[in-house]
Amino acid sequence: MVPALALEDITVTFVSRDGGRYTAIKETTLQVAPGEFVSVVGPTGCGKSTLLNVAVGLLQPSAGRIRVFGEPLAGLNRKAGYLFQTEALMPWRTALDNVTAGLEFRGVERGAAAAQASAWLQRVGLGGFGARYLHQLSGGMRKRVALAQTLILDPEIILMDEPFAALDIQTRQLMENELLELWSANRKSVLFITHDLEEAISLSDRVVVLSAGPASRPIGGYEIDLPRPRDVAEIRLTPRFIELHSLIWRAMKNEVLKSYAQQRHQ
Amino acid sequence: MRSSGTNKAALRFWQVLLFIALLAIWYVATSPTLDNPHKAAFFFGEPLKVLARTWDWFSSGTIYPHLWVTLLETVLAFVIGTVLGLGMGLWLALSPLASALLDPYIKALNSMPRVILAPIFAVWFGLDIASKVALGVTLVFFIVFFNVYQGVREVSYTVLANARILGASDRQLLRHVYVPSAMSWVFASLHNSVGLAFVGAVVGEYLGSSRGVGYLILQAEGTFDINSVFAGILVLTAFALLLDWAVSLAERRLLVWQPRGGETEKI
Repeated sequence: MVPALALEDITVTFVSRDGGRYTAIKETTLQVAPGEFVSVVGPTGCGKSTLLNVAVGLLQPSAGRIRVFGEPLAGLNRKAGYLFQTEALMPWRTALDNVTAGLEFRGVERGAAAAQASAWLQRVGLGGFGARYLHQLSGGMRKRVALAQTLILDPEIILMDEPFAALDIQTRQLMENELLELWSANRKSVLFITHDLEEAISLSDRVVVLSAGPASRPIGGYEIDLPRPRDVAEIRLTPRFIELHSLIWRAMKNEVLKSYAQQRHQ
Repeated sequence: MRSSGTNKAALRFWQVLLFIALLAIWYVATSPTLDNPHKAAFFFGEPLKVLARTWDWFSSGTIYPHLWVTLLETVLAFVIGTVLGLGMGLWLALSPLASALLDPYIKALNSMPRVILAPIFAVWFGLDIASKVALGVTLVFFIVFFNVYQGVREVSYTVLANARILGASDRQLLRHVYVPSAMSWVFASLHNSVGLAFVGAVVGEYLGSSRGVGYLILQAEGTFDINSVFAGILVLTAFALLLDWAVSLAERRLLVWQPRGGETEKI
């Protein structure tokens, strides 16, 4: 089967203004099958976000190729939706108008777009909140709006950059469950970036561990054979989860320590 | 709640009392009995006569054409200055080459005291409203321009990237991301720019005109009619306050999406 997203031998080297070079990612190959939920975990500063920016076409890799359903990627990845770690909604628009934005850009007629958007707000649990501006919504609600904004376009590939990192643990687990529910209703390919191994295991079909930066690359991939549907809060207590966790953690631990040591030396 | 309510009422009371006290001092100090041989009144006018003159202007209707001209100049200067500032600000902020090329000129023009352009504008555009509008435009333009420039530069990278990924074309980015972001900065400076449009109109009239409130003041000054000068100042102040209030109303409508200090009601 043709993978939905294939990163082939990707190397990303940043050149700073004073001529310094920094290789964030080196010779990384990563594939996401259609309908597969893949998480990438790694210590902080290992270039996880860089990987996503390459996958969505915001960043040109220094070397390597990206294929989207077999086609080489040129420019922005039109088949992908992207959920940012930080605030990416337009604060001058209401929740509803933020959700319609993508449809509007594609020339969908206003009434139809609004109808679809309110259905999506309903689906992410923000039924009566369409007329609110962002500052009138909590952090969790804003994430839901962002989720609806991305999913309304029905992207074949969903890229997520630690989308729930800024949320408190309860809201986070709620959002993770909602994400799984939305995803299983209509299986798309997901590439999910996180530094939280528990989150990665409880959500994914496969977890890829990145080495510490600079020049990060995948050092292991682990199939997560936990049954679905899952409840992210409960699945953490099952023996298989704990087994997988300790297995992957053993691989990750060294990298985390390395990254920690590097940051202390700087 | 109650204590803050009474505090506010008390504050108002003291404000009014202070106003009355100042008027009283003015009145007493310039009244013929105390002020002999009527020197202070020559320099400071007399409050009752100032009020009578103001009343006279409004009841006879002589002030209306002048006010109309001044307000028209203000509005035109504001609108033209804002449109030009918005256009130039967007252009320069989005085109690094143009920005780098024009940077020293913009800096020079901005640091120049632009009131000295008034005589040149009078020569170019005549003594009618056009020269006043031109002066107001030069004042408004730079405020709007710098705010738009800043506004565009400070558009969040994430918001921009997100809009592009959602499928926005360059034109749509301009319309749905850059302009709204810049507009919030423009609105933030609305009080300033409307105020300066007014200043431009009045100063322009004062420096040479045949109509307008500035012209009334200039005329009165020419005949040492100090009461009329003060009446003119009174009218200008009242209208400046009125304009400011109108701007506050507009601002509240246009910037609904921005959080206000102390606003709760989240639910």
